[in-house]
Amino acid sequence: MTVSRALLSALLMLCAALLQITVINRLPLPGTGPDLVLLIVIGLAMVSGPTPGAVTGFAAGLLVDLMPPTATEVGLWAFVYCCIGYLAGQVQVDARRSAVVVLATVGALSAAAVGLYAAIALLFGDSRVTVALFVSTLVSTVLYDLLLAPFVIPGVMALARRTAVNSAVL
Amino acid sequence: MRDSRRTRVVLAILLLTAFTFITIDARGGDNSLLDRARQAAGSVLGPVERAAGAVVNPVRDFVDGFSSINSNQDRIDELSAENNRLQQELLNSDLNSAQLDQFNKLMHITAVTNYDLITANVIGVAVPGGYAHTIAIDAGTIDGIKREQTVMSGDGLVGRVIAVTRTTATVLLISDPESKVGARDARSQELGVIAGSGNDPLNFQLFNGQASVDVGDPVLTSGSKGDRPFVPGIPIGEVSHVFATPGELYRQAKVTPYADLTSLTVVGVVVSAPRKDPRDVLVATETPSPTAEPSQSISPQPSDSVSPAPSTSP
Repeated sequence: MTVSRALLSALLMLCAALLQITVINRLPLPGTGPDLVLLIVIGLAMVSGPTPGAVTGFAAGLLVDLMPPTATEVGLWAFVYCCIGYLAGQVQVDARRSAVVVLATVGALSAAAVGLYAAIALLFGDSRVTVALFVSTLVSTVLYDLLLAPFVIPGVMALARRTAVNSAVL
Repeated sequence: MRDSRRTRVVLAILLLTAFTFITIDARGGDNSLLDRARQAAGSVLGPVERAAGAVVNPVRDFVDGFSSINSNQDRIDELSAENNRLQQELLNSDLNSAQLDQFNKLMHITAVTNYDLITANVIGVAVPGGYAHTIAIDAGTIDGIKREQTVMSGDGLVGRVIAVTRTTATVLLISDPESKVGARDARSQELGVIAGSGNDPLNFQLFNGQASVDVGDPVLTSGSKGDRPFVPGIPIGEVSHVFATPGELYRQAKVTPYADLTSLTVVGVVVSAPRKDPRDVLVATETPSPTAEPSQSISPQPSDSVSPAPSTSP
């Protein structure tokens, strides 16, 4: 990962986390709403590969874990987004050709993120996670992520590729 | 694409680190290393969130403490002057009427109960995928906010402060499944505990198995020892359903909160409580009920429910 891409990733992540907490979570949407940070992690990882993807995901998760108002254990989102970044990095080659592959990746990884979060939260005895709540969170998060993905992922991927080109020239 | 050995090592290290963090944080007390990390991150990210909130939600900074005044008349005069000033400002600002309405209701509550409130704007809401119901507000230790203080909106109880930084605080909403509030049915005076239930109405468990509780009963906070985290007499909600549980140890009911917990804008944090428990004065302002006393004649309380001298000083 180049320095300029690392900076771009950090900036995108901070903006996404801020937007998520101050705007998206306050919208009167039925269900949960989209997970913008997850979409950014997927977009960046699909361009840069599994290792940078895992690092990016870990950093993004730690930011979400620490950003007020948090009430859950630090490390939960870091664990989840790290896995997601790693997995998204695996599809990097195909993503350039097909929008369907990108959408399928977003759908599958959104579901994986919700499932993984619930599993770890339950492992550590979080009484908030119930079956009914898990199912509604799963369905609505995947749907919202798929809806928002076409507006976020192409831009993020284009930006990430440009940083790669620029630094190659430099 | 096949993984290199390096990729697998990096992934393993990161996941192990995250897992270690969760374990330490799940077991650690208030002064664990991660709690300090959260504090530090809060004091850096809090102001950023405040700034972002100010851009997103162009409302003037409400943070303003009401000073204690001995005479009620002085207090009312001051509040109505403040009210007029705010009405004036409304004409020149982009403050919306819903926020002014909340602000007016909070001022009314301070006037009738003598609770000292610090008003604050909601600047952030926790990720719903995390299942926790928490909000961030733009008032912190410099405004006199401490942990375990009561938070309300103009309509009713909202939650309690669980973390504070210099300029922001985190509030655990009463809808969070980990929230428990001591509660009292204002009609029958039966006591119980209200627990959050996510997006569903609150669960009200009454200690007395034969307790009289009806749909429509207003429910108030019963007050915690030393007024932390909950001061007494704050309206929580209205009983919306009573479960038929003959022969059970506890009675169960559902309570719909008065405060709209999903669209909070302006909230008040109780920074100091009055010497006298306000009992049911706020019930009359919510729903006129035959047992509610007029606000002028607050009867002396039995000694066990009188709150001690204010435990907090701003």
